[in-house]
Formats: sequence, C-alpha cells, structure tokens
Amino acid sequence: MGQKDPLTPVSNVSTSDNEGGDTSIAATTSRLIGDPAFPTEALPELHAIIARYPHPRSALLPMLHLVQSVAGHVTPGGIETCARLLEITAAEVSAVATFYTMYKRRPVGDYHVGVCTNTLCAVMGGDAIFDRLKDHLDVGNDETTEDGAITLEHVECNAACDYAPVVMVNWEFFDNQTPESAVQLVDDLRDGGEVHPTRGARVVTWRNAERVLAGFPDGRADEGPAAGPATLAGLRLARQHGWTAPSPDGNGSHRTHSDPRQVSDQSAYPGGDDVEVAKSGADTRTGEGSDAR
Amino acid sequence: MTHDVTLTPVMSDNWDADRSWTLRTYESRGGYSALRKALTMAPDDVITVVKDSGLRGRGGAGFPTGMKWGFIPQGDDKPHYLVVNADEAEPGTCKDIPLMLASPHTLIEGVIISSYAIRASVAFIYIRGEVLHVVRRLQQAVSEAYRAGHLGADIGGSGYALDLVVHAGAGAYICGEETALLDSLEGRRGQPRLRPPFPAVAGLYACPTVINNVESIASVPSIVANGSDWFGSMGTEKSKGMTLYSLSGHVEGPGQYEAPLGITLRQLLDLAGGVRAGHELKFWTPGGSSTPLLTAEHLDVPLDYEAVAGAGSMLGTKALQIFDETTCVVRAVLRWTEFYKHESCGKCTPCREGTWWLVQTLQRLEDGSGTETDLDVLVDLCDNILGRSFCALGDGATSPITSSIEYFRDEYLTHINDGGCPFDPQAATLFAASQHAGARA
Repeated sequence: MGQKDPLTPVSNVSTSDNEGGDTSIAATTSRLIGDPAFPTEALPELHAIIARYPHPRSALLPMLHLVQSVAGHVTPGGIETCARLLEITAAEVSAVATFYTMYKRRPVGDYHVGVCTNTLCAVMGGDAIFDRLKDHLDVGNDETTEDGAITLEHVECNAACDYAPVVMVNWEFFDNQTPESAVQLVDDLRDGGEVHPTRGARVVTWRNAERVLAGFPDGRADEGPAAGPATLAGLRLARQHGWTAPSPDGNGSHRTHSDPRQVSDQSAYPGGDDVEVAKSGADTRTGEGSDAR
Repeated sequence: MTHDVTLTPVMSDNWDADRSWTLRTYESRGGYSALRKALTMAPDDVITVVKDSGLRGRGGAGFPTGMKWGFIPQGDDKPHYLVVNADEAEPGTCKDIPLMLASPHTLIEGVIISSYAIRASVAFIYIRGEVLHVVRRLQQAVSEAYRAGHLGADIGGSGYALDLVVHAGAGAYICGEETALLDSLEGRRGQPRLRPPFPAVAGLYACPTVINNVESIASVPSIVANGSDWFGSMGTEKSKGMTLYSLSGHVEGPGQYEAPLGITLRQLLDLAGGVRAGHELKFWTPGGSSTPLLTAEHLDVPLDYEAVAGAGSMLGTKALQIFDETTCVVRAVLRWTEFYKHESCGKCTPCREGTWWLVQTLQRLEDGSGTETDLDVLVDLCDNILGRSFCALGDGATSPITSSIEYFRDEYLTHINDGGCPFDPQAATLFAASQHAGARA
C-alpha cells in the first residue's frame, strides 16, 4: 500500500481539491490506492479501464466486471475502491452495482449456468431443463452448489432464439439443449474436464470470463466456429439456388411488391388507427431506432 | 414461389467463409474498400448517400438513418459521438449477435464510415455483457483494425482520426432503449432520459450523439460501396433494402434469412421448410415480444414497416417467433409479462407498478383461479400503461396482452372455465417428438 500506481492518469492526481472538503493527504492518497480490503495488484488495470474513456465515470461498468473477476463478486472493498478511483460515493457505485443482473453480491461458482426461460426458450424446453437442473444440482434459482462449482440461474432472452432452448455457461452458447444434455453438461463441468460450447471458446472460469468483459482479451477469439447451422440457414439456401443480391450495375431488381389489398385494408383493421397513434407516440418518446423497447 | 422471392445475402454473404471473423478474410473479399471510398467523399456526401438509400433503423423503430445523422449540428465546438446499440435483448431477436460473431469487421467498417460522416472522433460499441465470445471477436477485430490503420490517427492517410471502444454492459434489457443506454455508458443505472433534448443535440456527455442499431450500421458499407439506387432496388417503396429476418420456435428451419423488406411470413416459412412437421401455426410475433401478436390470418402481410403497422402490429426487429397449436398463449404471455416486470427500470409508476399488477392477474388466469373480470382488469391496466409510461418498455409490455386477448379470448375463458391450463407443456418442447418416439420404442 502507499505506492503510487505508475499508470495513474495525471488528471486523477490533480483532482485532489475535491468539493467534499476532505483534502488531507491521507484521504487524497486513499483515492489513488483503493480500499485496503481490495487487492492492490488490480489497481493498475482499474486505472487502465478509466483511461479508455473521455470521462472517468464511464469506466464503472467494466470496473465492476473486473472487481468480480478479482474478488469473485462485487465486494464492499471493490465498491469502495471504484468509488475512490472515480471520486464518487460508495452509495453511487452500489446504486449501479445493484441495478444490473450480471453483478453478484454473493460469491459465484466457477461456472455460472444460465438457463433461458424467456417465453420462446421456455416453451421449447427451457422450463423443463431448468427444473431438471434444480433437481439434479439440488439448488434453487441464483444459488450455488455446496462444492462451489456451479451457480444456477434462469436468464432472460440471450439472443440465440434460433437455437432454442439455450443454456449459457459463463456466457458461452450451448445451443438446442435437452434436460439430459444439460445434466451431462453440468456433470462435465463438475468433473473439471475441457468443455466446449456450441459456438464459442473452451469454457473458462466465471472469473476469467468477467476479466474479458472488463476489456482484457484472453486470446481465445479464434476458437470456435464463425456460425452455427441456424445462422447459416438462409445463406445455404441462397447458395443452393444461386440467389444473390442484385449486382451494383443495376441488373435485376429485387423489389418486393406490396399486396395492393394491404393498402386498401389498412383502415379496415379494428383499432388500426389507435395502434398507429400509439406507435407514433412511442417513437416520439423513445427517439428513433431504440430496439422497440 | 415467384422470382421476386429470393434471398439477398449482403451482410450475411461472408458468414460461411473460412475464419470469416478475421481481417484477412474480410479484406480478401473486398472489405474496407467502402471505407476507402467514403474517405474520398465529403462527410456530407456520405450522409446524402445514406439518406437517399432510404435505410431505416433496424433496431425496431424504423427511423430513417440518414435523417438521424443529419440532425447532428455542424460547425459546433462540441465533440460528436457515435454509439452502436449492440444490446440485443428484445425477446426473439437474434440477428446482431450472430452478425458480430461471424463478421465483426462489417460492423466496424460501418462504424468508421458513419463516424466520419457525422464528424465523430470517438465511437462506442455498447454490447450486452452476456455474450462472451462475441465480445472477444469484437475486441480482436478492433485491435486488428487499429493495426491495419483503419482506426486511430490519420486513417488511410486521410487525416481523419477515430478511436473505437468496445464496452460490455452488465445485464439490463432497458439499456437497449437509447437514452438509458447513454446513462449506462456514462456509468449510471440504465434509466431513460426525458426528451427533448434529443441525443442528436445532447446525448453522451451532453454532446451531439448518434445511436444506431448494429444492423443499421452494418448496412452502411454496402450502401456506400454500391450506391443508394442499388440498395433501393431491393425492398418496397417506403421500406427499402435487404434485412435480416430471424425465424425461431416451431419451425423446421429456424435461423437467419437475409431478404428484401416486404417478404411475407408465408414465403419465409416456405423457405424454412414450414411450421414444425405435423403442426400448424397458432401465433407469431413480427418483431419481438413488444410487437403485438399476429396469427395465421396474417401470413401474407408484407413484412415491411407500413404493412405490418397496417395489420395492427410493428415490424420491430423482424424477430419472427413461431408458435404452433401446442403452445398455451396465456402461458406465453404471462412469461413475457414477467420479463417486462423484471426489466422495468422503476423510473415511472405506470410501468413499475403496472407490470407488477399485470403479472399477478395473468398468473391467476393461467393457474385457473381467475375470473372474466380479470380480463377487463388486464385491458384496463394496459390502457393505463400504453402511452403513459416514460419509455417504450411499458408500451411493449402491453402488446402481447392486448393482442392475445383480441385473438384468443376464448382460450383465456377456457382457463377460467376449466380451472386450469388445458395444455401439456411437454408437447411444445423441441424434444417432444424424440421422447414420444423413445416411449414407443
């Protein structure tokens, strides 16, 4: 403790005249070195994250990912350290840490197993998979097995619906699962052998995954395929039939023609006008291109 | 099927190439030539090309992309920012993640061209955190692009400089809402902002900011390379170009189908081998769970912005979730509603409290303890949320409920009259057929 991290940006050093009133040397220094309960070795990387952004506070989300990587979850020492480095309060950091579901307040197992139980995956078998795993691992939602190997959680839509039902292990895709394959998967994870996702790199520990999410690559980007079969479904069909987009020189229009009945039928839909009004109202509030949220 | 109904792979065209995610493969197929072309143009001319192409936002709302760029003030002293919304999480939506996994450079080339057009010198890709390998591929691709001189100072000798930061989120659906995304990117809880001011005037760090969906930005290199007329030769009059349609659920060939806007679900199902063998279509979403459900009577609605709106729904993200007759619509809607309740950011009362009451009421109906009055309560609640919540999350939460009551009121009544759900959830699963066969063997 006490030694200054060489990566500390100059701007952070010069902001000791904070408005909080506490300008003692001890307090100033503590902002640079973090909380005593948090490992000093992680400080250079926390500073490196801050240096990526035009404004330091933008670093908070990746910093919390790094805290989880170092400490196994978001610890009080990690919160205090982020607060000191960003010169905000621990309450402000906590407010952020408790908002996002990926930040955990209790230790997470080596393998976080997330079963998608949003509607489409649930219907396709996600509910059955989640029930079987709870039973097999003898844990409830967001609980960790006694050996500390596996934390089970049901997760929301993970953007792999064309591979439903989907299970994520440390945020790697395991596509088209069944209750049996999921049981085999968690058994393999507990046995400690190499486990490979359907689309992704060999499964690393949850802490190592969090480190990548904090912005520190692990050199595994070249592992795994470019795409799974569902991703390529349309492309393969196009190759089979020789279908391509029009050439830039203007040969071949691919204009699809609206069914003229649709145009005349628009006003015939009950409530159609209301929907249109509501939709344009939504657009006004959400701005444009907002993922229909 | 007619000649008009062919697939038009553009963004997906390199996904089957060997190591498609690498710079070497991308450049060997002409990648980054659109960037070179753009850098010889004036930034305003790049905006004009995108405006003329008719490209509309592929993240759901369909706002014209070039017009959005045009809102950025010129000649001001503030920094400008481009932020890519890669927080794909709308239930059913699964197009941006495979695009970035297979070809991150398509997005990055689009980011550089778009940033050049709006005169930004820093850009961000805000990607959801729950997709580790996609984050890896993006990180590596950005690093490759820096080494090749496509990012950093004096790009391609043009004097233009751009830094690109890959930023992983931490699990919050609301961060796909563009102003919540900005708050999140500033290191805060992801809660939507009041508008005006709009992000084009006061966005990230209160500076002019463009926020675009991944697919929108990934469309830009091909538009710049081939021209706006080329893009407009695909699609319909007001919904131009190619787009990624994502089929999932009870369909023989789920997956990504890149086609001109305006293709119908009937045509897409033909291409995808139809609804699950031995079953029939019951209901579907045109663009994620926030877009009102449609049924078999809507199979011939052109899937473009206007026609789907005319059918009482929204094109949204073109996430076509297919459900056959084994699916209980009440169960499906209850689960989506639980999702909205979980993801409500809590900022406004109609959404925070309303989604809670919606779940309570739907739960009663699904387990058979509801009454017909509960249906009126649902409709009344939805009426008090739609248009009265702070952002589109609350509006979206009402879509599956009101549309399912419109099309499947009898099924709700059956739950009430039978005192429970008449469906066997096992029959709807992917493994139902094989287990059935196993039981017979």
